[in-house]
Amino acid sequence: MAEADIAAALRAVLPEDCVLSREEERRPYECDALTVFRQLPGLVVLPRTEQQLRDVLLTCSRLKVPVVARGAGTGLSGGSMPHAQGVLLSCSRLNRILEIDPHGRIARLEPGVPNLRVSEAAAAHGLCYAPDPSSQVACSIGGNVAENSGGVHCLKYGLTVHNVLGVRGFTMEGEPIELGGRAPDGPGLDLLALAIGSEGLLMIVTEVTVKLIPRPPCAQLVMASFADVHSAANAVAAVIAAGIIPAALEMMDRKATAAVEPFARAGYDLSAAAILLVESDGTPEEVSDQIREIQRVLHSAGASTLRVSGSEAERLRWWSGRKNAFPAAGRLSPDYYCMDGTIPRRHVGQVLEAIERMETRYALRCMNVFHAGDGNLHPVILFDANDQDSWERAERFGAEILELCVQLGGTITGEHGVGVEKLNSMCVQFSPAERAAFAAVKESFDPAGLLNPGKVIPTLARCAEYGKMRVHHGVLAHADLPRF
Amino acid sequence: MTASADAVLAELRERVSAAHRTHQALRLKGSGTKDFYGESLTGEVLELRAHRGIVDYEPSELVITARCGTPLSDIESALAAHGQFLAFEPPAFGADPTIGGVIAAGLSGPRRVYAGAARDFVLGTRLLSTDGEVLRFGGQVMKNVAGFDVSRLLCGSLGILGIITEISLKVLPRPRAEETVRLELPAAVAVESFNRWSALGVPISGGAWWRGGAWVRLSGSPPAVRSGRERIGGESIDPASAQAWWDALRHCQLPLFARDVIWRLSVPAAAPPLDVPGEPLIDWGGALRWYADPAGDTTVRTVACAAGGTALCWRGPAPDGRFHPLQPALTRLHRRLKERFDPHGIFNPGRLLAGL
Repeated sequence: MAEADIAAALRAVLPEDCVLSREEERRPYECDALTVFRQLPGLVVLPRTEQQLRDVLLTCSRLKVPVVARGAGTGLSGGSMPHAQGVLLSCSRLNRILEIDPHGRIARLEPGVPNLRVSEAAAAHGLCYAPDPSSQVACSIGGNVAENSGGVHCLKYGLTVHNVLGVRGFTMEGEPIELGGRAPDGPGLDLLALAIGSEGLLMIVTEVTVKLIPRPPCAQLVMASFADVHSAANAVAAVIAAGIIPAALEMMDRKATAAVEPFARAGYDLSAAAILLVESDGTPEEVSDQIREIQRVLHSAGASTLRVSGSEAERLRWWSGRKNAFPAAGRLSPDYYCMDGTIPRRHVGQVLEAIERMETRYALRCMNVFHAGDGNLHPVILFDANDQDSWERAERFGAEILELCVQLGGTITGEHGVGVEKLNSMCVQFSPAERAAFAAVKESFDPAGLLNPGKVIPTLARCAEYGKMRVHHGVLAHADLPRF
Repeated sequence: MTASADAVLAELRERVSAAHRTHQALRLKGSGTKDFYGESLTGEVLELRAHRGIVDYEPSELVITARCGTPLSDIESALAAHGQFLAFEPPAFGADPTIGGVIAAGLSGPRRVYAGAARDFVLGTRLLSTDGEVLRFGGQVMKNVAGFDVSRLLCGSLGILGIITEISLKVLPRPRAEETVRLELPAAVAVESFNRWSALGVPISGGAWWRGGAWVRLSGSPPAVRSGRERIGGESIDPASAQAWWDALRHCQLPLFARDVIWRLSVPAAAPPLDVPGEPLIDWGGALRWYADPAGDTTVRTVACAAGGTALCWRGPAPDGRFHPLQPALTRLHRRLKERFDPHGIFNPGRLLAGL
C-alpha cells in the first residue's frame, strides 16, 4: 500500500500534528542509540491518548502495515529500528504519571514517562523505583518494559520484570489486554513475564504499574584495587559466597579506568589491573555493618588497596567514572560498540583474557566494564564507523565474545535485548526448535506478524546462512567440510 | 548418575512422542501432593519423579539447577548446608513435593511480596515439548533477555505447555538476623500497619494476621532487624515457636485449612478487610486473604473483583471452576499458546483452564 494512502488513513483517526510524513520529520527516528542500524520509517505517528494509539493499531492492522514501537530511542540493539514500509509508533507523548500511591507503594505510568522521573516523583514520599539503567535520565518506562532493563542496582533490587506489577495495552489487532496488576499471582499463564522483555513484538503497552520501594536513607561505596583481573573476579565470587548481596557490584578493567579518568577525575587507581566498586545501602547502621563485612572479604581476597567513600560527594564522584564509561569511549575513538553478554561469574577472568587475545586478532581496542555481581559484561569495542572494514571487524569481534558467553553457559544479552543486532547470535544460542517456540509465542499474540517484524527471532534461512560459518553449542557443524 | 538420568529422560521423550502420535492425554505427576490444585486431572499418569538429582549448585553463583523429580527437601538441605535458601518459600502439602511440581504450580509462601514469587527466581528451564524434543530457555545467569521469557511462562503453567524437565533457580543467602513479633491488632489495623512499615523501610519478610493477632517477621542485617523491632513494638516470639508459625502458614497447616471449603483471594496489599463471611487468615502483608467456610460463597468472586483482585476456590465445590475466570482476550491468548505448544492437547488437558 502506498505511503500516502496509509498517511491518509491515519490522518482520518489522528489529529494533524500526530502524523509525520515529510522526510525531514521522519529522519530523527531512523535509529535508536545503536546508530549503525538505520532505516527511515515510512511514517511516524505520535498519539497523545490511549484511544488514539488504539486507532493507529486498528488502522494498521486493517491495512496490514507493520508497526514498530519506540520509547525514548535509547535502546542499544536496534530494537526500535523502523520498518521501511511501516509506521513508527512513538509513545513519547503518552508521558503522564497517572498515580503515585505511597501507602500501596505503587506508581501507575504511561509508557513515555522517563525512568528517572518516577523516582523523582516518588521521592516526596520517601520512595523510589529501583531499576536504574545508565540511560535513566532519558529512557522511558515503556522501553524498560520492552527490554526488561536492568541497571547497576539490579543485583539487590531485581530487573524490570521483578519491579513491574502489571501492564495494560493492546494487541496488534487493537484488542485491549491487561496482564498482572496490583493483586499478585493472578489466574492463568504468566503472560506478564512474556510481555516484559518482548521487544515490542507481542503487544503495545499503554500503562505500566510499578512497585515502589523505600528510598534507602544512606549509601556508601567501597573501591578496591586488584593487581590482576583473576583476583578481582575471585573477589566478586567471595563477596557473594560470604552471604553479602551488595546494592551494586561493578568491575572496570585498567583500559576502562584509564579511559574515564582524564575527564571524569573519579580518582581511580590507574595502577590496578581492575577495580571493583561495591555499594551498600540502607540505614546508616546497616550500611556500616555491611561495609565492614565487604572490606573484610575484599581484603582476604587480595585487594591491594581499599577505600571507603567518606562523603556523598566522593561516592558520586567514584560512580561518575563508571557511569561515564561509554561517553569516555566516545572520546577515545570515533565510535564504540557495547556488548552485553552474561556469564556465570566464575568465568569472568577467563573471558577477560579471551577478549584480550581477540583485541590482537581483530586489531581493535576493547575496554571492559561489568555488572560483575550479575556476571553481565559490557565489553566496549572501539572502532571507526567511517571505515567499513573497521566496523566489520568490530561486529565479528562482538559476535565472537557472545559465542564465548554461550559456550560458558551464559547468554548473548543480559539487558540490551536482541533487536536486529544480535539476530545472528540468536542462531548460536538457540536450536531451530527453540526458535520455533519463540515464533509460536509471537504468532499467538500477533498472528499477522505486524508488530516489530524482523526483530529478535531470526529466520531459518538467516541461521542457515550464518551457521555455515559458525558453530552450535561448541560443536562445529559438518566439521568434515573444507572452509575458507 | 548422568547415564541413568539420560536413560530416564530418553524414556520420557519416548512416552511423550508416542502420546503425541496417538493423541493420548498425559497427566504429569511428581509426588502428587498438588493433585487437589487445578481444574481437572485427566489422562494417563506420567511419573516424573525418577528424573531427579541436583545437576549443578555453585553457592557463589547463587544458582541451583535440578531435574524436575528432585525432592524439594533435597534442594533445601543442599542450600542450607551453604547458608542459602529458596526465598519464595514454596509450600509443601503433605509428602515431599518435587521441584518440578513446585515450579509448575508456581505457588509461593509468606515471603512472596517481600522477596519475590516463584517466577521471580526462575532463571532457566528445559522443556520436553510435545514432539519429544528438549528445549532450553533462559539459563543459569541472573540477567538474560535473549528471546521471550518462556521459563517464567512455564512457572505456574501446571504443565499444560510441556514437561519442565530441569530448572535453574536463583537462591539467596539466609538473612543474617531474623526475628518474629506478635501484636494484638484488629485486621484492618494490621493490614494498614504492614503497608506503612514496609513504606518506611522496616525489613519485613512476613506479615500475617489470624484470630486477632498480627505476626511480623523481620529479616536482614542485625542492625536493620534491631531498629525495625524497636519501631514496631509487640511481643517477641521465641525462634522455635516463630519457625513453627511461619511453617504452618507456609504449608497451609493452620487449623482453618482443615475446613471443607476454603477460598484464597489475591488482592492489592493495602485493600481493607473484605466483606466475606467465614474465618479469615491474612498473609503477604495483606495481599493474600484466606477464608474458611464462607457461607454463600457465590459472592466471593464479586468481592474479590471489587477489591481489585481475584479469587481461587482452594477447596470445596467449584461449579464455575477453581481459578478466577480470565478476560476473554486472555483466554484467547491462552488458547493460541496451547494450540501452538501442544496441538493435540496431550499435556495435562483441562488442568489450568477448562477445555485447554
